[in-house]
Amino acid sequence: MAGLPALPRKYHAASIWLLYAVGLLPAAYGFYLGATGRLPGNPVKEFEHLLGLWALRFLVLALAISPIRDLFGINWVRYRRALGLLAFWYVLMHFLTYMVLDQYLNFAAIITDIAKRPFITIGMAAFVMLIPLALTSNNWSIRKLGPRWVRLHKLVYIIAACGALHFAMAVKVVGPEQWLYIVLVLLLLAYRLIRPMLRGKKRARPQATSVRGQERSA
Amino acid sequence: MSFYRPPRVPASQITPEHCFLSRRSFLAAAAGGALAAAGSAAFAAPLTASKSQYMVDETLTPEKDVTSYNNFYEFGTGKGDPVANATDFKATPWTVKVDGLVGKPKEFGLEELLALPLEERVYRMRCVEAWSMVIPWIGFPLAALLDKVEPLGDAKYVAFETVVRPEEMPGQSGFFQPLPWPYVEGLRLDEARHPLAILAVGVYGKTLPNQNGAPIRLVVPWKYGFKGIKSIVRITLTDKQPPSTWNLSASNEYGFYANVNPEVDHPRWSQASENRIGEGGFFGANRRPTLPFNGYAEEVAGLYSGMDLRANF
Repeated sequence: MAGLPALPRKYHAASIWLLYAVGLLPAAYGFYLGATGRLPGNPVKEFEHLLGLWALRFLVLALAISPIRDLFGINWVRYRRALGLLAFWYVLMHFLTYMVLDQYLNFAAIITDIAKRPFITIGMAAFVMLIPLALTSNNWSIRKLGPRWVRLHKLVYIIAACGALHFAMAVKVVGPEQWLYIVLVLLLLAYRLIRPMLRGKKRARPQATSVRGQERSA
Repeated sequence: MSFYRPPRVPASQITPEHCFLSRRSFLAAAAGGALAAAGSAAFAAPLTASKSQYMVDETLTPEKDVTSYNNFYEFGTGKGDPVANATDFKATPWTVKVDGLVGKPKEFGLEELLALPLEERVYRMRCVEAWSMVIPWIGFPLAALLDKVEPLGDAKYVAFETVVRPEEMPGQSGFFQPLPWPYVEGLRLDEARHPLAILAVGVYGKTLPNQNGAPIRLVVPWKYGFKGIKSIVRITLTDKQPPSTWNLSASNEYGFYANVNPEVDHPRWSQASENRIGEGGFFGANRRPTLPFNGYAEEVAGLYSGMDLRANF
């Protein structure tokens, strides 16, 4: 598919920095609204939920990069690290908001929550798994770890599943918004399962035609 | 040098607020649906009530929060959905049918209920989601209504039912239905007869806004907010424990009694503390400890003596 005009290479770095800047806007705007008393009702919860939701959105976008490349021929792999790191920053802010603004550093309550509430345990597990991914997101780690880096970063599949589950388990009634993220994550993970088969076909097909071609010429 | 002096209006000429407000609501009503749809506040007419002895001495939750941060799934699952989606709801005319194990079943018109002696009650409201408010309700004891229908000796429970109007309540129509309708709730008869249990018809000196359960709702301040069933059309006395909607939806999370209890956690969160809405803002600590029976233990704990409150949550 030859759809989008390719971005000239000289703008690549700038576009990545722009993504970081734009990606942090929802958090900045939400914080501004909260700090100036413009968030309605329960401002801390509103802000906490906004951060969690954007974390999930960035995770889904990061997971969508390779299917988009495979299926539509659009290569946005250069944005994947920024999307993953944005997801990490949002999860970190989500957790800090819960810890500081919501629970007011009541560590006993926080630890009980993490230990006793399955949806918080799952959310916390996702956060913990994101830490090594964020720490090894630099070029040096990629070179140093080699194939182990790829294996380590497959953790993102588990993290995204935990994120969607955490969201669905946190609400009183699982509604369309929660189902949307569950379905998106399931589709993106299912794609990873069927990708080897798709790849296999792609590789097999030109061979098959050439064989047939030989037969015909023979 | 001359100064402009604003004209002095004698106090006798100032129109009392309730007069011009009722004139305004009269005009709104006369103008019909177009004006009524302009805002739910148009339904909130002033209401007079005597002060009662039940006044919690805590800062009132701002009216803006009380009327815009609501759980009323008939209008959507978001906290802001009820105020946004309830404008088309018609709270008048209205009747409440009271039947079942009673000597004198009757269908009450709203006017008849509004003519009962109304009291203002400032109550704490504790939501099962661990947030709370302090709300100045206007209403009358549920017992006053029950007395009128003369419950029979074998009546043990009171069942309540919310109106079903998918055309006026967007949460009741469409592909995604969060709960089965009608919303139903119940109380034991002795709970229902307790002087703290009221049917509210107003809040903040006015008739109930649609998003708060217009025109008549239950308020049971020692129980979690979801027991306070809204827009009631039917009250039935029975001899069996009636079903309650959240209990039907998730029986491990929401019990029939639903008494506020800091000791018994919701499976997914602690009930030991609560966020007081409208206080503390973004950086202030607005989390306070939750009190047994929401601070009404002295009045109501006796209703449950000898009961295992952990099993009967």
